[in-house]
Amino acid sequence: MSRGSLLLKMELRSNPDMLCVVRNALSELTAKLGFSESECRAVVLAVDEALTNIIRHAYLGDPEQSIEASFHRIHVEGDGKSGDALEIVLEDSGVTPPEKMCGRALEDVRPGGLGLHFIRESMDTVEFSRNNGKNQLRLVKILHSQGSQKGS
Amino acid sequence: MKIAARHLDKITIFDISGDIDLATSPELRKALLRELRELKMPRVVLNLTAVRYIDSSGVASLVEGLKASRDVGSRLVLFGLNKTVREVLQLSKLVKIFEIHENEEQSVTP
Repeated sequence: MSRGSLLLKMELRSNPDMLCVVRNALSELTAKLGFSESECRAVVLAVDEALTNIIRHAYLGDPEQSIEASFHRIHVEGDGKSGDALEIVLEDSGVTPPEKMCGRALEDVRPGGLGLHFIRESMDTVEFSRNNGKNQLRLVKILHSQGSQKGS
Repeated sequence: MKIAARHLDKITIFDISGDIDLATSPELRKALLRELRELKMPRVVLNLTAVRYIDSSGVASLVEGLKASRDVGSRLVLFGLNKTVREVLQLSKLVKIFEIHENEEQSVTP
């Protein structure tokens, strides 16, 4: 995988009212990149759920914290999947590492567990890491994938 | 998100429009629980035709409403699911637990 070109970078407050702003921007971006309507909806859902989890679990509902979101066009190869892709990296300085969040059984649905399920089903790659006091979530959706057709 | 309530005999119909997400789902949850737990309406129908977006917190609110309806012996009915809403419910694998109809007429039929 090679890091490609930066498409968009945002710094937003951890306020739930900002979610619709990000959704609208991402909906436009994914459409311009050539994703199908269904894939656009899948990416928007995944990012919305990831931001929701940051707001709820990393920042414990505090609406005044900072979240950084960057969007790159990259090229990926391997694991039977290859092609151009959209890479999304979300960073926060919250206290709860995202990797410690665990999904709940669907029978016990509450925000958080179901959101993580949506993210995993919608994206080709989902990676959590924590570096220098920051939580980082990396999401990748392959454009015109020759392998998996997740979310389409 | 906006919620407008109508009443038809002993049925409450909520016309919901806009986005159901982390910011707005508490309002939906509150409206559903009031109608089901406090007012004990025998049937609550959600018109989702004008819903542009729903996320996991919205689905969780619907599930909570469904649980409340079962607790009090009433019915929670959904209709007007567009492609976006249907996709999310299918992704949640919860679509089969809801009573879903195509239109309002079917939803209010005894």
